[in-house]
Amino acid sequence: MPRHLPTLQERRSPLASASTQLDRLHALALPRELDACLAEAGHHPLRAEGVKVLQLNLGKRCNQTCRHCHVDAGPDRTEVMAHEVVVRCLELLDRSAIATVDITGGAPELHPEFRWIVEQVHRRGRHVMDRCNLTILETRPYRDLPQFFADHDVEVVCSLPHYRGPSTDAQRGDGVFASSLRALRRLNEVGYGQGDPKRRLVLVSNPVGAFLPASQRSLEVEWKRELRRLHGIEFDALFCITNMPISRYLEWLESKGNLASYMDRLVTAFNPAAVEGVMCRTTLSVGWDGTLYDCDFNQMLELPITTHRRTIHDVDLDALAGRAIAVDRHCFGCTAGAGSSCGGATA
Amino acid sequence: MDKHDHYYHRDDLGRFGEIGNNVGPLAEKFFAWYGAVFTDGALSAREKSLIALAVAHAVQCPYCIDSYTRDALEKGSDLDQMTEAVHVAAAIRGGASLVHGVQMRNTTDKIGM
Repeated sequence: MPRHLPTLQERRSPLASASTQLDRLHALALPRELDACLAEAGHHPLRAEGVKVLQLNLGKRCNQTCRHCHVDAGPDRTEVMAHEVVVRCLELLDRSAIATVDITGGAPELHPEFRWIVEQVHRRGRHVMDRCNLTILETRPYRDLPQFFADHDVEVVCSLPHYRGPSTDAQRGDGVFASSLRALRRLNEVGYGQGDPKRRLVLVSNPVGAFLPASQRSLEVEWKRELRRLHGIEFDALFCITNMPISRYLEWLESKGNLASYMDRLVTAFNPAAVEGVMCRTTLSVGWDGTLYDCDFNQMLELPITTHRRTIHDVDLDALAGRAIAVDRHCFGCTAGAGSSCGGATA
Repeated sequence: MDKHDHYYHRDDLGRFGEIGNNVGPLAEKFFAWYGAVFTDGALSAREKSLIALAVAHAVQCPYCIDSYTRDALEKGSDLDQMTEAVHVAAAIRGGASLVHGVQMRNTTDKIGM
């Protein structure tokens, strides 16, 4: 069984507070400020370009407590998206052309209405992405989800830090790698990872430590070769994502004395070419309580959208189209190196 | 202890560019070539980084060990792979010493009885 680390909230850590996390980032002396970097990139203020992706964070409950989790998710968390919030999100789809619904958490599959939500979005002809931790598919109530995903053309976006075991278990918990491989094989068995656009299987790799992610273009070929050779597993694409210096990863950085050097690394690796494709420019992120955010990271830092109407109950899509994005120092995580978004590298 | 009491200083790695002082055109050629060497080619950037890490240990350069430990991680290698690379370097260093034992034996054969 994977071991469970207690969440920040369970330990009553000061870093469970979003404002404390921001204070810790603001206390650092950085070589450059984000505003100056964005101006250099010709994106100051950073603005949205419509809403192409509706990201639903269904709640913070998870069967894992990964050391780098930006949500501080875990088995003890109770936040869950209410039915009326889900209904408002579906109504927003009905009156918009938003093409993709990106479902995340926590482990979103733990939401009591998860299957109904997927069915409703699929029925509306929208593309569904499920951000899956893989191990949830190995627990008894959810073992049939691979077939359910296949029946509803769900793109499954799975976390796997490395194609070898030690790094994966170090970040995500003992036994997670073996469990993840079993889940991947079952996804392969129902047609995922074979190049079928309706059975798309994406792996997401986060660095296991205080360094930037690898080039996903370079690594994808190797990962496909090695996962096939070592484990007989196929997948369609690899996303390499930078760890955000917030929540449990922020705690880990501080505990190892790496926070200042990691932030320095992110700032000095600022890439103007990475700004254009950051996810916040085309995403509307809905929190479990219906509050609207530019991205899941802003959601966890409690930095809502900058427009007047900030909940799914009174959302104004026209006002959202060119809104100024709420930015802070954590945003250096998405603009460093090859860039980082929910779709991997941006540059 | 004054930092200048040491031959190696961590901060000096960031001053690598100063080797171009007085010989700018030569340094430009070196850094351009250096950068090109490590891009994806017949070998992947990750494989080249592992080679660099192994060579760093063979030449025992602390700057290079720091740099290519980080670089190998950032290129997607894990600790098992990096440790194997260091053992390759050590094996070649050890083997290089041992294979000279044949020269020792040749000399012994010649002058010994």
